[in-house]
Parts: sequence; structure tokens; C-alpha cells
Amino acid sequence: MTGRKFVFAGTALLLALGLGACGEREQVIVYKQGKYQGKPDTKPWENDPAANPYPGSKWNKGDKSSWESAVRTRNLGQNEYTRAE
Amino acid sequence: MARMKFLCDAERCIECNGCVTACKNENEVPWGVNRRRVVTINDGMVGAEKSISVACMHCSDAPCMAVCPVDCFYRTDEGVVLHDKDLCIGCGYCFYACPFGAPQFPQAGAFGLRGKMDKCTFCAGGPEKDLSKEEFSKYGSNRLAQGKLPACAEMCSTKALLGGDGDVIADIYRQRVLKRGKGSEVWGWGTAYGKPDQKAAPAGSKS
Repeated sequence: MTGRKFVFAGTALLLALGLGACGEREQVIVYKQGKYQGKPDTKPWENDPAANPYPGSKWNKGDKSSWESAVRTRNLGQNEYTRAE
Repeated sequence: MARMKFLCDAERCIECNGCVTACKNENEVPWGVNRRRVVTINDGMVGAEKSISVACMHCSDAPCMAVCPVDCFYRTDEGVVLHDKDLCIGCGYCFYACPFGAPQFPQAGAFGLRGKMDKCTFCAGGPEKDLSKEEFSKYGSNRLAQGKLPACAEMCSTKALLGGDGDVIADIYRQRVLKRGKGSEVWGWGTAYGKPDQKAAPAGSKS
């Protein structure tokens, strides 16, 4: 009985060792926002538009949605069909 | 907001190089470096020659980020691919990986010594204080921090080059194609942002 246990344990060990080499480790770095080796960057909407030396769009400092709508308005200016209407 | 993208309409580009000049002027790009350039496709084929403006496309799965040995690249919330020049060692791996030939290397000394990589920043500056002298000297203008869009796209006289939120510029382009009834091919979008029939790769999977 104990001999059979040893055979089972030995087979399991051999299988584990034999198939262990078939595994594949992840080799590509998963990049996440802000996870890189360099310095952190500020967000564009965190700037005060009033302090801008070259006046552009207007938005509320720190308000992402107002910055996005300002940029979107500017973006739509590239459509000359709507500009010509 | 979706994410920032560039789109060049080959039907409209007249090869005026206005975008190249606007980029050079806006960012005071050094001599020998072209962040943006106009190339001819189907060169020599009668009736099929087109011109397009090419720069960094700020790819969804940017190969430059994957190959950089010093991890100097990062992606902003708006999907703009930027890099830290203080970390860049000028190895040139990103140049070999980029399908658009976007990374540029200024000559930094005798015998063709490569300087730190320079590329289109989508006029979003870099990891220095926004609108500071340091940011401008290293990365050029930060127009996004001023609520503006890239100078090349905003200066384009025929509006062949569109830059901004991917959804907005795709809508503009769709309307344009429907009006004229031809020229729906967008050069480089499949390579940069993935083809519509391609399934998104699971996070962390090998590309």
C-alpha cells in the first residue's frame, strides 16, 4: 500500500517537474497610466487659462469636463461644412 | 473624451507642407529633425499618387513603449504618447519599432552621435511644468494645456489633416466622405489604432 503511495507521489512529482518547463512567463510589461520610470506630468485641465500667456480656450481650472468641452468646440472648428453653414 | 488621434485625408492633402512648417515653427524643432513630414504614396502610379502628412500617431498599443529599454514613455489620459527626455538614452530602438518612422534623433556631437529622441507630442509638451521654459526647450509647445489642438492640424489650409478627439474627427471625416462619395480610406489608422475586425488583445498579452 505504501509502495503504491510512493509511486503516485513520484509520478506526480515527475509530472510537475516535467511540465513545469512548459509554462510561459509574461514577458511584456503592462503599462498603466502614470507607471513609468520618468517624472510625473500635470494634466492639461489643471492649468489656469487666465495665466496662459497665449490666450486660447476658456475653462475652469481643474475641471476636466469644461476643458474637454472647450477642446471639443475647438475640434469642431475643423469641420468647414458646419462653419460654412 | 475618447482619445486624441490624427487623421490625414489623402483626397485633400495638396502637399503644401504647411503642417511641417507649422510644427517646426510652433515647437522650434532643431535643424535636422522633422516631427512631421509629407510623404507621397503610390509614387509614380498615374492617377493614384496621393500625399499624406505623417507624424507620431500616438498608437493605442504603441510599439515604441514596448521596446524602450529605459521605460521613458508614458501615455496621458487623452491617449497621447509622450516620453521623458531626461531618461532617454538615444538607443534608437523606438525608431526601429515605429511603423511610421516618427522618432527622430538630433545629432548630438561628432561622428553622427545620436542625441535624445524627439517626436511629435501632439502639442502636449512633456513631463515638465506646463508652459514652462524647460518644457518648451525640451518638448516644444504645450497647446493642450492652453485648450488648443496641435498646430499642424489647426493650420492645415485644406483641412486634410485633422487632429483631436478620435470620435469628433471620425465624424467630420465621415460627413466629408458621404458628401464627396469617395476616398474613405484612412491611411495608417489600422496600424495605429487597430482594425475594426481585430479583437482587442487581453491586457498584458503578448503582441
